[in-house]
Amino acid sequence: MAGAGGGGCPSGGNDLQWCFSQVKGAVDEDVAEADVISTVEFSHSGDLLATGDKGGRVVIFQREQENKSRPHSRGEYNVYSTFQSHEPEFDYLKSLEIEEKINKIRWLPRQSAARFLLSTNDDLRINLWHLEITDRSFNIVDIKPANMEELTEVITAAEFHPHQCNVLVYSSSKGTIRLCDMRSSALCDRHSKLFEEPGDPSSRSFFSEIISSVSDVKFSHSGRYMMTRDYLSVKVWDLNMESRPVETHQVHEYLRSKLCSLYENDCIFDKFECCWNGSDSAIMTGSYNNFFRMFDRTTWRDVTLEASRENSKPRASLKPRRVCAGGKRKKDEVSVDSLDFSKKILHTAWHPAENIIAVAATNNLYIFQDKAN
Amino acid sequence: MSPEVPEAASAEKQKEMEDKVTSPEKAEEATLKARYPHLGQKPRGSDFLRKRLQKGQKDFDSGEYSMAKAQMKNKQLPTAAPSKTEVTGDHIPTPQDLPQRKPSLVASKPAD
Repeated sequence: MAGAGGGGCPSGGNDLQWCFSQVKGAVDEDVAEADVISTVEFSHSGDLLATGDKGGRVVIFQREQENKSRPHSRGEYNVYSTFQSHEPEFDYLKSLEIEEKINKIRWLPRQSAARFLLSTNDDLRINLWHLEITDRSFNIVDIKPANMEELTEVITAAEFHPHQCNVLVYSSSKGTIRLCDMRSSALCDRHSKLFEEPGDPSSRSFFSEIISSVSDVKFSHSGRYMMTRDYLSVKVWDLNMESRPVETHQVHEYLRSKLCSLYENDCIFDKFECCWNGSDSAIMTGSYNNFFRMFDRTTWRDVTLEASRENSKPRASLKPRRVCAGGKRKKDEVSVDSLDFSKKILHTAWHPAENIIAVAATNNLYIFQDKAN
Repeated sequence: MSPEVPEAASAEKQKEMEDKVTSPEKAEEATLKARYPHLGQKPRGSDFLRKRLQKGQKDFDSGEYSMAKAQMKNKQLPTAAPSKTEVTGDHIPTPQDLPQRKPSLVASKPAD
């Protein structure tokens, strides 16, 4: 799979032309830790867009309806509500800061039986909470060993199946994904399915396990597939096949020859997320230098785009970006050594029905749309 | 010196060079080991978990905290022994346990 950015196609596949729409957030170079966006999620209709930040604040944007006096504002997302998600009562001592970053936001369908949510704040346990009962939860997965010295693996992400409410998956730091059915047992320590791609023992290195750690797992809207993100790639799995993924897309393979530095500066532990478009025909994930990548699953084409203030004129088309992995750098290419590793796009979201995407770049939220939209 | 020894030695060196050429990952591993000679053959346990524990990061889980409080009722939650630097397992971090951070973070700026 070609991975060095820009598979030669000018748009995100299916002849899409991505354009700048809006950017939210302060312009200051000096970003306060509290303002760093930690999660982005569209609602089921796509009319609402929520972000959470490290300071525990949630901002909800609403899409504007048609307005004759401001024709260009149609389709724009503007602030609808903002609130502090974490109660000040936990803030016991005035001089004590408690990090209560918003890890994930999940929208609930308006009329649904889905009154449960999974929490995985802990590396070792998954708890099931009933929304109306806040003083107790069901523990459904517990991988804490009796002796902590024996700990070799932690839970990294978990998600409910979109249609089968009794099915959930959770991923691990060793690159395995377990699918559990809560109907078969209350405590899901034993999985129904174990998804793992066998590595090549001869190419194993010190970094192999770390880069195989799954940072995000997302079911497709159809419920037939799931996607996992590890440090260098995105993999699509058919839920009926545990032995290996059906697709592997390289996000930034050129980083494989930089693993030593990335380990030293902790970037190797960065947790990138990934997302599907509404029809499951394309997937998106972030990278460094405020780059993000899109893969079209039907045409097998991919593109690298950038979220930057320099390219933020209304309806300005995004130009595909290319990274030069070695050799002579062509014009407009960015060399690996000049990538800014502090500018990481960890969180992205795709509108459930339209070609509108929200990309979180540190403390800024970028919204891009297809020109045809 | 028998003719086999230099041959074997050069074959091994050849393989090592080939490894570096064909596997950038192995070349990076060699660089890392050159910088940190005491590093083990492979990460013991979960490397990222170990790094995280070394940093002493303790996550305050409001859900677990309120559940633990409900269970303990009037009792005090167990606090970490002074010598304990790792907060794992049964111990549930309380606000008192968490390390003091820098003075107030700048309040989040409202989105435009």
